[in-house]
Amino acid sequence: MPDQIPFELEETALRAREHIVRMSGGGGCFIGASLSCVDLLVYLYKRVLHISPDTLQDDERDYLLLSKGHDVPALYSVLVELGFFDAERLKNHLKTTDSIYWHPNREIPGVEFHSGSLGHLLAVGIGIALDIKLRGGDGRVFVVLGDGELNEGSIWEGCLVAAAHKLDNLIVIIDRNGFQANMRTEELLPLEPLDSKFAAFGWSVTTIDGHSFTEMEDAFASVPIFLNRPSALIARTVRGKGLRSLEARSDRWFVKFSEDEIAMLIEELHGGRTTHLASSTLMVR
Amino acid sequence: MHVSYEDALKAIAAANSDVVVMTAENRAAIRNLPRDLGERFIDVGICEQTLIGAASGLALRGRIPVVHALASFLTLRAFEFIRTDIGIPGLPVKLIGALPGFLSEANGPTHQSLEDIALMRSVPGVQIFCPADEQELVMGLQSIIDSPHPCYVRCNLRERCYKHNSEFHIGKAEIVSEGTDVTILAYGFLFQEALIASALLECRGVSVRLINLRMLEPVDEEVILESARETTLIVSLEDHFQRGGLFSILCELLVSNQLSCNVLPISFDRQWFKPALLDDALEHEGFTGDQIAKRILKVLKEKGGIQCQIPFASTKITRASRSLMSTMLAR
Repeated sequence: MPDQIPFELEETALRAREHIVRMSGGGGCFIGASLSCVDLLVYLYKRVLHISPDTLQDDERDYLLLSKGHDVPALYSVLVELGFFDAERLKNHLKTTDSIYWHPNREIPGVEFHSGSLGHLLAVGIGIALDIKLRGGDGRVFVVLGDGELNEGSIWEGCLVAAAHKLDNLIVIIDRNGFQANMRTEELLPLEPLDSKFAAFGWSVTTIDGHSFTEMEDAFASVPIFLNRPSALIARTVRGKGLRSLEARSDRWFVKFSEDEIAMLIEELHGGRTTHLASSTLMVR
Repeated sequence: MHVSYEDALKAIAAANSDVVVMTAENRAAIRNLPRDLGERFIDVGICEQTLIGAASGLALRGRIPVVHALASFLTLRAFEFIRTDIGIPGLPVKLIGALPGFLSEANGPTHQSLEDIALMRSVPGVQIFCPADEQELVMGLQSIIDSPHPCYVRCNLRERCYKHNSEFHIGKAEIVSEGTDVTILAYGFLFQEALIASALLECRGVSVRLINLRMLEPVDEEVILESARETTLIVSLEDHFQRGGLFSILCELLVSNQLSCNVLPISFDRQWFKPALLDDALEHEGFTGDQIAKRILKVLKEKGGIQCQIPFASTKITRASRSLMSTMLAR
């Protein structure tokens, strides 16, 4: 029986990855970061968050804030799988007739706040967590940060403020895929030792494999890790996870694939051979 | 009876439990509120970006955050947070900017908020309130907090410079006098100098229309356009850069309405002001009431729009007489 839980999650994660790959056609999307955090989002929405399409306005709900907004294909794919909105809408990606563009916005059911500019939603999450505390509520606020995003000074401001205000209802999840836009994080502004940085700011910290549902089960079952402290979950992930042709490559950040390539990538997701990506539209921004 | 900003805010917060008072460790104007508001007083430390982001989160949950920081750091350092987290969703956060314009006195250009109006009016939906003194700030506070829009307040806690009789309405100016030669458009702290300038000009037979704009967004367009049609000269008086503030608002309004008129901007043209105690800074930059009156009179004579009956005294008005005038005008 225990094995069935991850299987069901893996099924959802596979379907979400298919949506993500399809969104990389046409005008393209930020595929690498989407594939690195999608397992975390699947687990959060299916097992952790007290939120559903019926409780979007409920004061007692949990909040998920996607601060690294460029991985929005992962969020939308999971929201679709959970029934927040219809999968057909994903076909409207980048069309003026809908609001499904390269960063999240509140026109889409399930999106709590827009993002795109890095380093904003920890602060917004602090405000939400403060209000939940003021009202004596039980809701929790989960903020997904990118590791590249940790370059922003506002993140470290927020770390000070959240610890000072003892926000144990605030949980930050760091998608530690090791890359920022153009290069490895450690080649630009080294972040390690990352766990002791958060610990030194007064946070409780756990490091997990961000693609292992069993490790997620243990980690999320024990948040907040300590009373009166905000929690940081450092999730070690792989950029482009699930597609060997994309994994851990610095030149696969923002991509536009042809229809043929998308078909091959979907086969690859299902165990097919590694796709040879010849597309001349590969882009690094 | 004199009601302070702090007391007014305390009363509003007492009546409305949605109001939270926040600060980035700028407590000068709200020193007693932690005791009165308890957990509804939130100090995030010297973190202007987090101040605004957290205010946004609180507003998402139905709160009305009234946030305090020095005007320059609030509008400049946290600008992108204001634009992105308050402006885009249009959340009702009230931004109280302390020590704007000349009120930063001797702090130097780091603290001189001379582009705050330009920045705040560039964010769609943000209202801008520039009280002439603490009495006017208190008069307008309830309306500003009740408004569903974000609002930037160019905070001015100086004692009453004029007996404001007209009621406060969002987007409405206070018409102090209805002259026909020159219109002085003023806002904020400099309204007190405009009052002095106006009195001095009247003494010399100049008919002055003095407008205390109160708000720059929405601005009282009707009053400004009427002045453009009915008076010989319009003066835009402000302790703000010439670009992006009242002078720009006036120019945009005139062009949009295909009006042409004589305009004298009195503001900072691509320069900061000499840091000094308030009276010294005003005088050094030519912003005292009598200096303003002289600048206006000179332009009026050039335009031929006025026959000055009494020549200006060559000696300038002394500090003591200016102070006395201020006191008399405030009654």
